[in-house]
Amino acid sequence: MVLARVRGAQRIAHADRRALELGLRPGLTLADARARVPDLSIEDENPAADHALIERLAGWCERYTPMVGLSTPDGLNLDITGCAHLFGGEAALRNDLRVRLAQAGFSPRTALASTPDAAAALARYSPGGVVPSGGEAAAVRPLPLAALGLDAERITALARAGLKTIADLADRPRAPLAARFGADLLDRLVRTLGEVDSPISPRTPLPELAAERRFAEPIGRAEDVLGTLQQLAGDLASVLEARGEGGRIFEGAFFRADGAVRRIRVQTGQAMRGPDALARLFDERLDALADPIDPGFGFDMIRLSVLAAEVKAQSQTRLDGEEQTDERIAEAVDRLGARFNPAKVLRFVAHESHVPERAAHTPPYFSGPASEASWTGPQPDDPPLRPLRLFASPEPVEETLSEVPDGPPRRFRWRRVMHEVAHAEGPERIAPEWWKDEEGAATRDYFRVEDREGRRFWLYREGLYTAETGHPRWFVHGLFA
Amino acid sequence: MTSRQDTLAGLRRSLATLEPAGMELAPEARFTFGIAGLDAAIGGGLPRAALHEIFAASAADGPAATGMGLSMTLRACGRSRSLVWVRQDMVAQETGELYAPGLADWGADPGRIIMVRVRDARAALRAANEALRCGALGAVIMEPWGQPEVLDLTATRRLAAACARSGVGLFLIRLAAEPVPSAALSRWSVRAAPSLPLEAGAPGHPVFQLDLLRHRAGFPPRRWYVEWDREQSSFREPALSRGVVSSPALRPRAPAAAARWRHAG
Repeated sequence: MVLARVRGAQRIAHADRRALELGLRPGLTLADARARVPDLSIEDENPAADHALIERLAGWCERYTPMVGLSTPDGLNLDITGCAHLFGGEAALRNDLRVRLAQAGFSPRTALASTPDAAAALARYSPGGVVPSGGEAAAVRPLPLAALGLDAERITALARAGLKTIADLADRPRAPLAARFGADLLDRLVRTLGEVDSPISPRTPLPELAAERRFAEPIGRAEDVLGTLQQLAGDLASVLEARGEGGRIFEGAFFRADGAVRRIRVQTGQAMRGPDALARLFDERLDALADPIDPGFGFDMIRLSVLAAEVKAQSQTRLDGEEQTDERIAEAVDRLGARFNPAKVLRFVAHESHVPERAAHTPPYFSGPASEASWTGPQPDDPPLRPLRLFASPEPVEETLSEVPDGPPRRFRWRRVMHEVAHAEGPERIAPEWWKDEEGAATRDYFRVEDREGRRFWLYREGLYTAETGHPRWFVHGLFA
Repeated sequence: MTSRQDTLAGLRRSLATLEPAGMELAPEARFTFGIAGLDAAIGGGLPRAALHEIFAASAADGPAATGMGLSMTLRACGRSRSLVWVRQDMVAQETGELYAPGLADWGADPGRIIMVRVRDARAALRAANEALRCGALGAVIMEPWGQPEVLDLTATRRLAAACARSGVGLFLIRLAAEPVPSAALSRWSVRAAPSLPLEAGAPGHPVFQLDLLRHRAGFPPRRWYVEWDREQSSFREPALSRGVVSSPALRPRAPAAAARWRHAG
């Protein structure tokens, strides 16, 4: 199978092993290729699908290490520092990865070296293998300059200067090279030679802590999965307890035997580490998923990670039991969040602003600190001066009739119903916050209004009568009970 | 024939065990409205750990139902306990978002309210059931929209059982809905009523027309007018009798005495 791409002419972008054996190399035009091998199977290049595939592979590779980075455009970097012994050594790990990928139909090119650049160069431009620490320079020297990841122009320019392999470049004095071909050439060179290490930027945030179980025989039953999660939570709990911490965000990663990986996150309102409570949260979350986890032929690995942790004091029992009440409520909120999405569990936060719609926020319950501003009720004898319900966008009213220009309306029509005003109080003048609003925001005069049936409204007139507008408009902003 | 009667008797017995009639409860397990006549008419108050339904009498009385639901909740558990308020998105779209300064003005502590926004009635049921499992909460308020089929007798019975188990009350605010058979211990209908204007004709403390539609213990349906006193967190009887439409027109500068006098006429 050959993939073709349009660049002036249709050219081969990627070719599989059989095509390569027939002498069809990337860069060849489609016409030439057809002339050599008439019977070609061709697909259009689809960068988005390629990228999605590499992303999925990257997710799968996280079974080996959490440090998986993309090496554009078609490679992956795995930092297996401290992970290799889990698989019986570096060579065994590489072997395991190659076997599994081959089973899935891939023919991966892999190399293992002390720096990601060296490994990438070796994987792409050599048969690959495991390079012993310190042997990078020797291993990469025979490779062509393309292995440095340079653009075609610079490779051509270097070739004209008689420089074809990394060795040619490595033996030159470096300062003139940098002056002529750019400082990044030198960077790439030293990184590829293994002289300088460069960090991998992992595609997913690194967990603070993770525990995992691998299964010789894939598991699929919900009880087994939850039981495993609970065991893992138990493992994590002892470490967290020793550190005096609790987790705020947990992630369960389910590695299916056929390569698919599913990640489920659970967020808690307070730092927690109790395995039972955590297992309950995951139970809720898994139960509420719109597209449930499909075990397929089973999971062969489950990992539970703590993505965010914070200090958690040893739980103490207080005499008044207040602590316990708060804790139980926090747990209930966590369960609601796990089931309904944390963004749907909200709290009310006061905000210092006299503009009504800015005076209160409803952020997710789990987010941010408590506000400093507090709620102030009205004067003791007053009825409520603010409505129970506020419209997100004030609704215009029509056919208002006022006795005096600055006074309250005597009647108004809202949602097709005419309301005759019986009582009113106002105006309460609220000026726009000029430092926030764009120009043209008008002053509002608010009125508390009750109609003859006893329905109570919060109306406002937009704009001062003469100064700002000739025909002021009226809106219902809120409803009193 | 006898077998059928036996079956009926058996069913009645099992019903009686399922649903405590509300008469044998200790006074601490009840909450009152704060109006002697009303409380006496419903056997000294409503059980706290039970399901109570509050219907908006008409489409325009949604805010009144919300206010009444919140007031009853505050009577049941006070302002210092945490509440879970389950709200269907549709309610917010149709009738506006809950407004925290308004909740504070009503006498509640917005900092103690946990609001759960849900897409549909099924999710609302789940959320309420989940919240009712936590006995540390003061009460749960549930505000679905319309007449969802999932909110049937079985579902409400499950909710009522959850209330009884955890000791947490559930106040079900029903908007754009007609009463259907449910397992609620009490069912009320609320309509906004004209308030007694303050000085200068300003709208006064909120007054409601409150109808008892059904009480499990068989107290007969009745109508009351009640006024919410946010400062005392209590209901009270409006100072004047109803039946008179409030002052005909807006009188911005009318003294209070005159306004009241006009009312009485």
